[in-house]
Amino acid sequence: MSTIVFFIFAILAVAAAWGVVTSQNIVHSALFLALTFVGVAALYVMLNAEFIAAVQILVYTGAVSIMVVFAVMLTLRGDVGESSPENKKWGWGLFVAGLVFVMITAVILTNADWRILPGPWTIQNSTAALSNLLLTNYMIPFEAAAILLTVALVGAVILAKGVRENK
Amino acid sequence: MNFSVGLSTYLLVGAMLFSLGLYGLFVKKNVVAILMSIELMLNAVNLNFVAFNRFLATDRLIGNVAALFVIVLAAAEVAVGLALVIAIYRSRQTTNVDEFNWLKW
Repeated sequence: MSTIVFFIFAILAVAAAWGVVTSQNIVHSALFLALTFVGVAALYVMLNAEFIAAVQILVYTGAVSIMVVFAVMLTLRGDVGESSPENKKWGWGLFVAGLVFVMITAVILTNADWRILPGPWTIQNSTAALSNLLLTNYMIPFEAAAILLTVALVGAVILAKGVRENK
Repeated sequence: MNFSVGLSTYLLVGAMLFSLGLYGLFVKKNVVAILMSIELMLNAVNLNFVAFNRFLATDRLIGNVAALFVIVLAAAEVAVGLALVIAIYRSRQTTNVDEFNWLKW
């Protein structure tokens, strides 16, 4: 049963990612991107990472996709069907990406340590354990990430709004 | 069905997402599409973090913590990236990366 669910969502995520990079219409790309995020969130649930799955839905499917759609709408001009073309040297991109994929796949398939099935999951309440970790062992990175996010979003607002020179 | 989903299956899904993102990064002309490809690659990395956590460290949550920080950084990155796109669009009226050539003459 879980095998079937895994393949449904894995194929959904990869097919939607394929749609993101091959669609000539950038609005379709943005919507395919949201679909990819949903598929990956379902895979997180199957990996016993419920909190990461919820954050994925909230941050990626909710916020990042909407931000991308807004940026598309604000910068769109001309024919929407030709809004995301490929450049002339797409063959090289295909070659390099294919080479990287073949190399990663070779590493994964030849490593016998990774040919394992899921063992018993020993953490009872992973969200509570995660919050505990974030406020004890990883407190400095957590606060640094908070400051980074604040600074980045203030910077984004200033960049997008433009600075007026008041004398 | 006798086949059960193991670690390498999740890693292969991550590899596919990463390669598709890399392909989009190389071939797309629209800078928003390039940012989307970067998001795909970051998602692939996150999937690998969580899969390794589930299969190789079943009593700790270190991979989940790493995935959470990657999500935070990706959100900051996409916000600044899209703000830059809008700022550039305001002065150059284009989102085509081939025309972002101020520093070249």
